[in-house]
Amino acid sequence: MLRFVVRRLGLMVPTLFGLSVLLFFWVRVLPGDPCRSLLGQRATPEGIARCNEVYGFDKPILEQYVTYVGALMRGDFGSSIDLHEPVLDAFLNKLPATIEVSAVALLFAIVLGVPLGYYAGRHQGGWWDTTIVSGSLLGVTIPVFFLAILLKYLFARQLGLLPTQGRQDARLDVEHPTNFYVLDGIITGNFDAFWDASLHLILPGLALGTIPLAIIVRITRASVSEVVHEDYVRTAEAKGLTSGTINRRHVLRNALLPVVTTIGLQLGLLLSGAVLTETVFNIDGVGQYLYAAIGVRDYPVLQGFILFIALMYSVINLLVDLSYGLIDPRVRAS
Amino acid sequence: MKFPHLRRSVVLGTVGAISMMGLAACGSDAPPETDPDAVASDAQAQCEELYEASQDVPESGNETFVFAAASDPAMLNPFFASDGETFRVARQIFEGLVDTKPCSADPAPGLATEWTGTDDGLSYTFQLEEGVKFHDGTDFNADAVCSNFEYWYNQPKGPAQSEDVTYYWISLFKGFAGGDTESVYDSCEASSDTEVTINLTQPFAGFVPAMSLPAFSMQSPTALEKYGKVADGEDPTTTEYALKRPTGTGPYQFDSWNRGKEVRLTAFEDYRGEPARSTTMVIPTIADPGAKREALINGEIDGFDLVAPADIAALEEANMQIVNRPAFNILYLGMNQKTEPLDDPLVRQAIAHAIDKQAVVDQTLPPGSEVANQFVPPIINGYSEDVTEYEYDPEKAKELLAEAGAEDLTLEFNYPVDISRPYMPSPEDTFNLIRTQLEEVGITIKPVADQWTPDYLEKIQGTSGHGIHLLGWTGDYNDTDNFLGVFFGRESNEWGFDNPDIFDAIAEARQLPTPEEQKPVYEDINETVMEFLPGVPIAHPVPSFAFDPAIEGFYPSPVSGESFASVVVTE
Repeated sequence: MLRFVVRRLGLMVPTLFGLSVLLFFWVRVLPGDPCRSLLGQRATPEGIARCNEVYGFDKPILEQYVTYVGALMRGDFGSSIDLHEPVLDAFLNKLPATIEVSAVALLFAIVLGVPLGYYAGRHQGGWWDTTIVSGSLLGVTIPVFFLAILLKYLFARQLGLLPTQGRQDARLDVEHPTNFYVLDGIITGNFDAFWDASLHLILPGLALGTIPLAIIVRITRASVSEVVHEDYVRTAEAKGLTSGTINRRHVLRNALLPVVTTIGLQLGLLLSGAVLTETVFNIDGVGQYLYAAIGVRDYPVLQGFILFIALMYSVINLLVDLSYGLIDPRVRAS
Repeated sequence: MKFPHLRRSVVLGTVGAISMMGLAACGSDAPPETDPDAVASDAQAQCEELYEASQDVPESGNETFVFAAASDPAMLNPFFASDGETFRVARQIFEGLVDTKPCSADPAPGLATEWTGTDDGLSYTFQLEEGVKFHDGTDFNADAVCSNFEYWYNQPKGPAQSEDVTYYWISLFKGFAGGDTESVYDSCEASSDTEVTINLTQPFAGFVPAMSLPAFSMQSPTALEKYGKVADGEDPTTTEYALKRPTGTGPYQFDSWNRGKEVRLTAFEDYRGEPARSTTMVIPTIADPGAKREALINGEIDGFDLVAPADIAALEEANMQIVNRPAFNILYLGMNQKTEPLDDPLVRQAIAHAIDKQAVVDQTLPPGSEVANQFVPPIINGYSEDVTEYEYDPEKAKELLAEAGAEDLTLEFNYPVDISRPYMPSPEDTFNLIRTQLEEVGITIKPVADQWTPDYLEKIQGTSGHGIHLLGWTGDYNDTDNFLGVFFGRESNEWGFDNPDIFDAIAEARQLPTPEEQKPVYEDINETVMEFLPGVPIAHPVPSFAFDPAIEGFYPSPVSGESFASVVVTE
């Protein structure tokens, strides 16, 4: 097991290095340059030239690359050209918001998706199955921004129950020691802040969670409907086990393996889905920051953030692979 | 309904505009006739009414006022900024020697109560208000003024001397101490605690109004020395001062800045004037215009600006207040003379005659926007009443095209997408209408849409192959050179012409010592420009604010110099 983990971690190094090379050149072939964006309408040829000189963009691209890699080796990911803050600090500062909303989205998708998929799988062809399958199809196809508008209209405008944007009411003046707002509310013993932060997570969580929910439903359903026809299920039934035991020990457990893989993949997708959700719901997370950086061609932010996201994705995938062992002893043995 | 006069006129304007968009069938009443001249002065009249009303509102209300910004400030030292969001925060924390009159771009006393300039335009003496304190408790006096000027002038080499950091100093005062370019600033003399003289190396008629720019706000020399020092090559925008310690004399003092989330300010108890009416001001960042609209209607914020014209009806329906900022901008159709046959004056005149500006204003810009006939707004020095006008006349346009031998004219028409600027709230709509008008006179249009930054600006200002395009400008302070100099001060990729007469005239006007002497010269330049017709000035659009009905005491500023200290959240 340890060798497996070490080997997988070792494989990440060339992957991430290759990605860093690609990223470096990719952001530079995008049309437009950061100095033009920074100066906007006020740009003069001399101003752009001076700005390029200050940031080293006037140097040959290979020289820039060597400087970049040198800095990377020292753990220096550079600073945002637009916002003048270290890229790593910005990422760590923004990550809690993205994790919070992704966690809510995933929780919503799993808690609702697995039982629904299971139920549909066990009652294939029935009225409930058709409804759940059609619902999940709608879930996959509905765009996040459109869903966001619907959710805001219903829960905020019509019912007045939930906030439409942000992570915390601007009128609350609260401390954020960890930047996980829900957790901060608990740590500081400020129930209002905790409750307010939780309410702020509901709509973005629902919007972001819809696609994973639909996918989890469909995978669970497919997996369950396959497993129920397996010999060991029939044997269990023949042995006279109760349906509860059969479902729990034989059907669900065996059906979960592809579901766990899917959940792992969804985690990665949530990070990219967060770009849109964070923008629409004004959540100052990784996605919103990255989106803004693309607009101004903030090279260090683009390079750094995408690299960090790739790293997280690789680590999550590794954890998913490791989790198979917990569910399926055969994987552990091999 | 806190702004009764305002609401009525804005609603009338909105109804007028909507009816012209062919949507009148949705309403029950026939729309009133809108008189363009009456509409033109609406925003100004409303502003003045609001200013009057702000003098007579309850002294206090709810503790916290929440005004959403479209983005974070770049940092908190206004000297290194040139963006509106940084300046919005700076306007609450800092004050300059000079302020602007309410609802005007004209200079008014700020930290200086009065000033005089010498005849040669090389020296200005300011009398300062007595007993003013910075937020750190230190005194504001003549020495502090000199410290500020010396701080600006002695910026270290490196990023601090780059246009993206010290844009306003470089564009107005040209150079730094020991640099290659001679600075307009020469020296500062404090003759007493309350009298200070600034000496210049060359006349600069815009000097006094320029002192109203937030970039030249007075900052505590003690705090700058302690927290804001940088060496050559270092970035001055990341100092502790620029991130956590902005120290001015304004009605609000800095409390905290949670990047990407909000800036919090608290009322400054020792403020020299009337204290801020809300004890806390929060400026959360909400980038998405739709999110701002929903947040306001849902009561999460108390106001925001740059309301999209399409959102105004929905906001009014939800009983929100709409306030227009008097226009201090220009939206124009640029023509690149490097692209044939735009170098032919007849073709440019034909295009000008083909455009129905009133329709563009009525159908694609916020109610209250004015039609433009030159490249400067009416309230600026040197606005001419005698410029050549090119009235809407499609037949004449066709004749001119025939005369120029350009009946089969095909033009690339560039416009930006997914962007809203104060002078161009919905470029796609404006483009579509002008395109239709140009096609009606037989011009074939090749539409080219680009993202605003960096693509669109790169193409228009950085390359020479484009055709006609939409662009505009918002004035920073009351100086004609801030419009004409920016557009036509020299040969540029945007306009693609080389006209030394215009370039020289603008350069000479800039050197004149007083605005009075500049006035006739700028009038002449405006007339020459409109005869030469490098582009078609379309409109002076009015940017809009939206507020919760509980907000009182706000009035806008043409140069975006709004202070929120007068605002009360009633209830």
